[in-house]
Amino acid sequence: MTARSLRSAFDREVAAVNDDLRRMHQLLDQAIQRSLDCLRRRDPALAREVIADDEQINQMRFKIEEACLALIATQQPTASDLRSVVAAMNIVVDMERMGDHATGIAKTVIRMGDEPLLKPLIDIPRMAEMAREMLREALEAYARRDAAKAREIAARDDEMDGLYQAVFDELVEIMSHVPNSATRATYLLWCAHNLERIGDRVTNIAERVIFVTTGDMRELNL
Amino acid sequence: MPRMVREENQVQIEVHDLDFYYGDFRALSKVSMDIRLREITALIGPSGCGKSTFLRCLNRMNDIIPGARLEGRVCIAGVDIYRADLDVVDLRRRVGMVFQKPNPFPQSVFDNVAFGPRVLGLVRGRVQLEELVERSLVRAALWEEVKDRLSQDALGLSLGEQQRLCIARVLAVEPEIILMDEPCSALDPIATLKIEDLMRQLRDRYTIVIVTHNMQQAARVSDMTGLFWLGELVEYAPTDTVFTRPQQELTENYVTGRMG
Repeated sequence: MTARSLRSAFDREVAAVNDDLRRMHQLLDQAIQRSLDCLRRRDPALAREVIADDEQINQMRFKIEEACLALIATQQPTASDLRSVVAAMNIVVDMERMGDHATGIAKTVIRMGDEPLLKPLIDIPRMAEMAREMLREALEAYARRDAAKAREIAARDDEMDGLYQAVFDELVEIMSHVPNSATRATYLLWCAHNLERIGDRVTNIAERVIFVTTGDMRELNL
Repeated sequence: MPRMVREENQVQIEVHDLDFYYGDFRALSKVSMDIRLREITALIGPSGCGKSTFLRCLNRMNDIIPGARLEGRVCIAGVDIYRADLDVVDLRRRVGMVFQKPNPFPQSVFDNVAFGPRVLGLVRGRVQLEELVERSLVRAALWEEVKDRLSQDALGLSLGEQQRLCIARVLAVEPEIILMDEPCSALDPIATLKIEDLMRQLRDRYTIVIVTHNMQQAARVSDMTGLFWLGELVEYAPTDTVFTRPQQELTENYVTGRMG
């Protein structure tokens, strides 16, 4: 085979991996959105769906990992090609864990049962929106090899952490003043914590984008 | 040339501003490269990029080509190997060469390895010669396979064995540097891996410079990799850097198969 035909085989397989990444992103984005929907509507049936659908995200992770392994074994990518394949393998692990965080919210909704919410949902939906937006932008930055964008996204995680801290402070305040509120406050704290962790995992993706683009491997947001 | 003792990062071959011409054609332009003692340096690049020409400058194998001309400096262990009073035969003993196609003499296995030491008068008597032949074959990872057929015709060996015999023949004259010009391109994958294993063993005693078209081979065996392109040394860096995060766009495009 000539270098050119090897190259086009490689490009074809990379395109297939990128399609699967987009599909996995859709599934994950829906999972985060629906986990919030079931929290807002207090809908355990929807929560069970979110939990069941997480299996598709898990499968997608393995599918992409296997495709990347096959690419390395058969095409022996080097330099930025190699970095982007290895990055895809790392990114899908983070995405799969984000799916688990969405599932974590859904499980919390089921535990909450019929108890009324301790407080109206304000910052938590905002955190969910931010998580979805950061994730979308991080994957766009990966697709476009945009290191500058990746750095911006990582910086936004500070905002996410700020929101989480605000929710935390507010809930601790309520717990210390309102009798018998600890359980319900903890439920909300769990939800917020899952979203905050999604932000951290998006930061990991941003780090991978910088690695793909520059070859530089370092942790952002220390 | 003084024989060198290994110290950390010690340079053995210094090439400075090397230009090489075949008649009017400039095959190498301003190549500068420090090659370290007892490391494996791989030279990669497309056909006609100058990597073999460069390799052959290191033991003056280009001297015999009519119209060939060299400018710049090549020093080995601090000695300019192009200075007028240099003993070229001794240079080629100290800087041995292995070629693309195994080229054993049509003689016995033993006589192939004994040829150099006999011509150069390196040993006294049969026993010393036998010891040297055995030691060279052991170091070339061939002894176990041929010890019972030393008197057989070398051309009866498999190609992979023939290539290791050629390496043994080089080792028998006690070189310091071994140049390899695509030593595995005529070999199957198993024979190739044997040569690669052997190269890693030889690295303890010898400096190796290898020209290869097989980039995975360069990635597998070498410490340093240099990419030649149109007679210029484009990038020269630790091998893992060249294959994971090359600094030059040309290198990136070459190692990823986007051109070349």
